[in-house]
Amino acid sequence: MSWIAGALAFWGLAWWANLRLAAMPGTRATRFAVPALFGVTVLVLWEGVVRGLDVPGVILPPPSAIAERFAASLPILWTDFVQTFVKGALSGYAIGCGAAFLTAILIDRSPFLQRGLLPVGNFVAALPIVGTAPILVMWFGFDWQSKAAVVVAMVFFPVLVNTVEGLSAATAMQRDLMRTWSASYWQTLLRLRLPAALPFVFNGLKISTTLALIGAIVAEFFGSPIKGMGFRISTEVGRLALDMVWAEITVAAIAGSAFYGLVAAIEKGVTFWHPSQRG
Amino acid sequence: MPRVPRGAGMTRSILPVLTVVAAIVALWYAAAFAMNQQWTRDQAARAGTEPTLAQIAADTMSQERPKLPAPHQVAAELWDTTVAKRVTSKRSLVYHGWITLSATLLGFAIGTGLGILLAVGIVHNRAMDMSVMPWAIASQTIPILAIAPMIIVVLNSVGISGLLPKAVISAYLSFFPVVVGMVKGLRSPDAMQLDLLSTYNADRWQTFWKLRLPASMPYLFTSLKVGVAASLVGAIVGELPTGAVAGLGARLLAGSYYGQTVQIWSALLGAAVLAAALVGLIGLAQRLTLAAMGMNR
Repeated sequence: MSWIAGALAFWGLAWWANLRLAAMPGTRATRFAVPALFGVTVLVLWEGVVRGLDVPGVILPPPSAIAERFAASLPILWTDFVQTFVKGALSGYAIGCGAAFLTAILIDRSPFLQRGLLPVGNFVAALPIVGTAPILVMWFGFDWQSKAAVVVAMVFFPVLVNTVEGLSAATAMQRDLMRTWSASYWQTLLRLRLPAALPFVFNGLKISTTLALIGAIVAEFFGSPIKGMGFRISTEVGRLALDMVWAEITVAAIAGSAFYGLVAAIEKGVTFWHPSQRG
Repeated sequence: MPRVPRGAGMTRSILPVLTVVAAIVALWYAAAFAMNQQWTRDQAARAGTEPTLAQIAADTMSQERPKLPAPHQVAAELWDTTVAKRVTSKRSLVYHGWITLSATLLGFAIGTGLGILLAVGIVHNRAMDMSVMPWAIASQTIPILAIAPMIIVVLNSVGISGLLPKAVISAYLSFFPVVVGMVKGLRSPDAMQLDLLSTYNADRWQTFWKLRLPASMPYLFTSLKVGVAASLVGAIVGELPTGAVAGLGARLLAGSYYGQTVQIWSALLGAAVLAAALVGLIGLAQRLTLAAMGMNR
């Protein structure tokens, strides 16, 4: 009982503190402290309620048990991370985004193809492409190649659609200016239209970071060698070792947000001139 | 780019779209031939015969378990499992599709409702905004789908099974896009409009109903489209860990267990049709609502 009371007391205290913090003028410190305090409160409540009510570990393990398991199985988590993220998701991400970008530039000169491909691309981007996982696993085998293939299929269309849209972002005035300088197609593309397209391209790249990780993990549910994050999650769930599942999810969460953060940081450096990045 | 009327844009792009679709089907046939011919050749070699190219081509289009089924095989399977079977039959794709759809819709409704509520709270409470919003945004970078198997198994172990666990996953996936989009939408009225309402002496409640909520509609529908697609994926993935009982996800899994590629492809196309229909329906609702509100451009 004291666990629950303690957790509730902490909740009240944190709530009060957050109200006070939020009422203060917004500085960098408060903008960081308020969500951090909220996150800690959720963890404390979770721990207190699980311990106080004696929730069995096969339903919801407390955060401390997850952290313990995380620390104890670092080697396993690392091999899974390498298998799923580095081999599956990253290679698929690079291939898929690269292919989509090149395709966008190839069809750029043909308005006919653009008008045909864009609606199809938009349509496909809304489909449950994860469903192709069993087919691709059948074609490319159980190892990371099939996961990379799923990732390629998932990231291709978002990047394609965004890049094509971005390539038309330069205004008519700017294009006319390039023409008055008698710039060739490629010069206009490299000096004006690609830089102008970058915010759109990065939008597609950022959406794709999450898709890549989802694709790599879900594809492993359909068959994988005996390592990988998706494999570990599905087998450990079967053994009711939920602390391990949560540890694996923690890895996925960290990897996902770090990947997104990295792409966002690159965007910040490359498109520093764009209004959304200034200010 | 000059804005073209909607109808004109549609007819202008029908020919290119049809060309692209035709190219995809042609590529599909070519790929089916290329990928299936090895099996045909092996069979012929085992039988000691030397098939002609035409025979190989004919065989690659009609194998029982091809590596890549030809489009007409998938179409035949689709016809067979939707129209030719009774809807209640366990082999009917309509039956499986309905199971997935019901979980999707229930989850989508829950997720959207909670998402809108949270967004309203975030817009009106600064502490909530500062503490929840960064997490809501960060959570979109996390592969949430990874927890699907756990939710299914855990809810099963406390005695909840069937529709609800899948709906929980669907709700969870559609929740965050709605929160983020709705917060953006509720904040979209600019200072001038808010000032106008305060000169009318409108209270918070009135400002919400008469300005913020109507202004948020375009944002809401945009995130609903994202959310419903995510819900469907969630429901499909939620059907995997229970071991292929029922639903489109189960059809995918069973197909991959037994090498029934035609079944996988037809389930996949079924899911695609479902997704397109759901997104299309929301698009229609969007157009009708915005037209009724006079917001259509």
